[in-house]
Amino acid sequence: MSSYIPVIGLEVHAELLTKSKVFCTCSAEFGGSQNSRCCPVCSGMPGTLPVINQTAVEYAVRAGFAMGSDINKFSVFDRKNYFYPDLPKAYQISQLNLPLCINGSVPIEYEEDGVKKTKNIRINRIHLEEDAGKLVHDDLNGVSLADYNRCGVPLIEIVTEPDMSSAAEAKAFVEKVALLLQYAGVCDCRMEQGSIRADVNVSIMKPTDTEYGTRAEMKNLNSIKAIGRAIDFEIYRQGKLLDMGKKVVQETRRFDDNRGETKAMRSKENAHDYRYFPEPDILQVNFTDEQLDAIKASLPEMPDARTERYISSFGLSENDARILVGSKILSDFFDDSVKAYDNPRSVCNFINGELMRRINLGEIALEALPFDAQQFAKLVQMADTEKVSKNDAKDIFREMSEKGGDPEEIARAKGLLITNDTGKALAVIDEVLAANEKAVAQYKSGDAKVFGFIMGQCTKALKGVCTPKAIKEELEKKLASL
Amino acid sequence: MRKDGSFEMDLASMTITGLRSMLDKREISAPELADAYLERIAAVDDKLESFITVTAENAKKAADSAQEMINKGEASPLCGIPLAIKDNICTDGIKTTCASRMLENFVPPYNATVMEKLEAEGAVMLGKASMDEFAMGGSTQTSAFKKTKNPYDLGCVPGGSSGGSAAAVSASLCAAALGSDTGGSIRQPASFCGVTGLKPTYGRVSRYGLVAFASSLDQIGPIARSAEDCALILNAIAGFDPHDGTSSRNAVPDFTAGVGMGVKGIKIALPKEFYAEGIDDDVRKAVLDAADAYKAMGAELVDCSMPSLRYAVAAYYLISSAEASSNLSRYDGIKFGHRSEEGESFNDLISHSRSEGFGDEVKRRILLGNYALSSGYYDAYYGKAMALKQKIREEYEEIFSRCDVILTPTAPTAAYGINENISDPAKMYQADICTVTVNIASLPAISTPCGYTAKGMPIGMSVIGRKWDEVSVIRTADAFERDFTRQPAKI
Repeated sequence: MSSYIPVIGLEVHAELLTKSKVFCTCSAEFGGSQNSRCCPVCSGMPGTLPVINQTAVEYAVRAGFAMGSDINKFSVFDRKNYFYPDLPKAYQISQLNLPLCINGSVPIEYEEDGVKKTKNIRINRIHLEEDAGKLVHDDLNGVSLADYNRCGVPLIEIVTEPDMSSAAEAKAFVEKVALLLQYAGVCDCRMEQGSIRADVNVSIMKPTDTEYGTRAEMKNLNSIKAIGRAIDFEIYRQGKLLDMGKKVVQETRRFDDNRGETKAMRSKENAHDYRYFPEPDILQVNFTDEQLDAIKASLPEMPDARTERYISSFGLSENDARILVGSKILSDFFDDSVKAYDNPRSVCNFINGELMRRINLGEIALEALPFDAQQFAKLVQMADTEKVSKNDAKDIFREMSEKGGDPEEIARAKGLLITNDTGKALAVIDEVLAANEKAVAQYKSGDAKVFGFIMGQCTKALKGVCTPKAIKEELEKKLASL
Repeated sequence: MRKDGSFEMDLASMTITGLRSMLDKREISAPELADAYLERIAAVDDKLESFITVTAENAKKAADSAQEMINKGEASPLCGIPLAIKDNICTDGIKTTCASRMLENFVPPYNATVMEKLEAEGAVMLGKASMDEFAMGGSTQTSAFKKTKNPYDLGCVPGGSSGGSAAAVSASLCAAALGSDTGGSIRQPASFCGVTGLKPTYGRVSRYGLVAFASSLDQIGPIARSAEDCALILNAIAGFDPHDGTSSRNAVPDFTAGVGMGVKGIKIALPKEFYAEGIDDDVRKAVLDAADAYKAMGAELVDCSMPSLRYAVAAYYLISSAEASSNLSRYDGIKFGHRSEEGESFNDLISHSRSEGFGDEVKRRILLGNYALSSGYYDAYYGKAMALKQKIREEYEEIFSRCDVILTPTAPTAAYGINENISDPAKMYQADICTVTVNIASLPAISTPCGYTAKGMPIGMSVIGRKWDEVSVIRTADAFERDFTRQPAKI
C-alpha cells in the first residue's frame, strides 16, 4: 500500500448530567422502565411546547470553557427535520448557525511507536441539542417498539476540525474530552451507557496532495476501542481502493464491532436534507459578560493545570501526576489529603500504592470511600512520623477500607500506636535482658551478632510502644552500661 | 327560559356583560343558560355545522360548578358564561381533531393553558368548534368534518380558519368563543360573520396546548359580540406561562381600561395600500365611512403608506408553510396521527398514513414549506421571506411613530359563496392581504362590523395597534360599536 496521510475529524456527543431533560421536567437519568420517563412535551404531543432548561445551557457553556472555546453571547436553536420512529416530533431541536460555543482547542498527549507526543486539536463548535428515543427490535414477534425515555435528554455535540491523523490521536482526543467533561462536572462519560459516543469522519490523502480526499463517516461509535478499530479499518479500506485506482465514495458507513469492518449505509445522494430553520418555539439565548464570567469562575482547576501544579509545585513525577489527574475524584481526594497533611509525595505514594491496590481489587470504590481525605492524610502522616510502623499502617488502612474510622483510634484499639514511652521501654528491656542472661553474657563477651536476637525480643515485647529506632537507642545504652 | 321561546331572541343580543348581570342577579342560573344554548345548538347546528363535538354533559357539570361559585358570591367575570372552543385547542379527555382525519381520534391527556384559565374562571365549554383543517384556510371548507356555513346566508362561507367559532357566536350558539389566528383566522371569520374578533399581541396568550400551525405567528384570541367582551375574555386568558417560552412576562393590564372612553385625540392611520385595487368597493366605502365616523368622534385621521404590503402574502405563505411543514411532520402514523393499513417499510407506512390522513390544502402547504426550506432554495425563499418580515416590521414602526392605531378593511370582500374560491388557491391566499402583516409583525388587531353589503352580508374593519397595546385597539373598536347598529343573523 502506498503511503497516505489520514485526515480524521470527530463529532463527539455527550449527554449532560442535568436532573431533568432539556425541554421538559422529566428525569434525564439513564434507564427506567420503558416509557416511564416521558411526558406530553418530550413525547411530542400535539400542542406542547419546549421550554429551555437553563442548567443544560449552563452545562454546555461549562463544556465550552473546559475546551477553551469562545461563547456566543447570542445563540439560536434550530430544527433539524427528519422522519424516524425514535423521534416523535419528526424534528430534533439543535443548533446550526449560532451554536453556544465556537473555536475551542483541546491538547492531547498520546504515544505512537513508543514515543510520547502532544498535539492540539481544534474544536470547531459545541452545540446543545436533544437526544432521540430508542428502538427495541423484537425479532421473535417481528415488531419494533419505541422507548421514549431518552427523548429530550440534553446532549452536546463537540465538532472538531479535521486535525487528527491516526487512531491513536482520535482515541486520545476522546479520552481527553471525557476527562474535561468530567472535570467540568457536566457528563458522567459512561460509554457503556451511551452517555458519550462519537461519529468519526475519515479521509486519506497523498503527502503531495493539496486537497483532502473524499471522506466516509462512521456513526454512533460507543467505545474508545471501536473508534480506534473503525479508523484503522477505514484507513486500510480507503488506501486499498486508491491503490487499485478506484475512488472513495462520500457516504455514511456502519462499523460492525464483531467483524471489525465498516459497511456502506447511505450514500451522499441519499443523504437527508434536514431543512434546518430557526426553532420558533424557543427564544434566542443571550448572555451578559457577567453571566459568562460567573460560569467560567465556577469551573474547577482543569486537568492540564493540575498536572503542571503537581509536577512543579509538588515535585511529583509526570507519571504519578497523570495517574492522579486521570480521575477528578482521585485528584480531588489527593488535593484534600495534601491540605490536611502537607507532604504531597508521601500522600501520592500511599494513594498510588495502597489505595489504588484496594480499588483495583474491587474492595472499595473511589466514588464511595468509607473514609475521608482528612482521615486518610492522618494515616499517611502517622506512618511518616513513625506513630505507627509502615507495616502496621497497611493493616490500619485495611480496617479503614472495610469499616471506615479514624486511623489513630484503630491503631490504639489494636495496640499499634507507638508512644516512645522511655520509662516503659527501660522496664521491658530490663525484663528481656533478665530473661536472656545467656545472650547478654555472649554479647558482653564480644559476640556482636547476638545483638540482633536481643533487639528482636525487645521489639516484640515493645510492639506499639516504641519505634525500633528508640528501642535500639535505649537497648544500646543499657547494654553499654552493664 | 320563557315558555313562549322568546328567550332565544334575548340570547342573540346578550353580551357577556349582560349575561353576567343576569347570572349575578339570579335572573337565570348557569345551568339554565347552558341548557338554553345547548338547545339552540341542537335546533340550529345541523344546518350551520359549527361544532365538531358538542360536550353537553361536561357543559352541564361545569354549569353546576359555576352556579356554586355564583351562589358563594365568588363569581369571576366569565363564571357560568357558555363558550365554544376552536378544535385545535387541547382539551383534557375531549377529542381535539383540528378538523383533520389525521387527528380524528386524538384525545389529549392535558389541557391547554387557556383551558386551565377558563376552567378556573368557571367558564362553561359547550363544545369544540369547526375550523379549516389544521387552521389552514379562510373558509372552513377544508374541515374534514363540519364545513360550517355563514349564519347570514347558509350558501356562503363563514370565513376561516376559526369559522366554526365565529359562526357559533354570530348565530347565538354560544356567548363567545376562542379562536386562533395565524394570518387572520380570528379576524376574517369575525368579519364574515358580523361579530368582533381580537388577535392579541404575539406572546400575550400562552400557546401551550394550541396545536401548532405556524409557531412564530399563531396566537389564541377571543371572538365575541363586542370589543368589551373580547377584553373580558383576554383578561382571563392573557399572561406569562412557564410552559410557553415565547409567552411574555410583560405586565397584563385590564383590557377593558379603554372601554367607553371614546377616541377623542386618537391618531388613526389609513395606509393607502389597504384601500387600493383588489378591495371591493362596498368594503372600501364601509371602512372609509367608519373612518369619517371616527373623525366625527374627535379622532385625527392620518394618511400613510406600507409599500411592502404587495409582498406580504408571499412572505406569509413561505414562513407559515415552512413552519407548518415541520410542525405537521409528527403526524406520521407512528406515535401520532392516522396510521395506514398499508406500507411495508417505515417510509412506506408514513407515506401512506400522511396521504390518507391529510386533506389537499394541508398537503399543498406541507409541499410548499418543505420546498422553501430545501437546501439550495432556502435563501431564495425562506431567507427572503425573513428579510421581508423585518421590512414589514420597520414599516409598522414608522407608522406607529406618528399614529396610535391603524384602520384597514379586514378582508377584501364580504363572505363569498361556498366553493366560489376554493378551487383557486392563489386567489384564496391573496384574500389574506389585509390580515397577514399583523401576524408577521406580532401586533394586536381587532375586527368589528362596520357595514353590510347590498345582499346584507357583514363587512368588517380592523384596528391594528402597537405591540402590547390591545387596550387602544379595544378602545377604538368599542367607540365605533357604541354607535353602530348591527343587523343580526337571521338563522
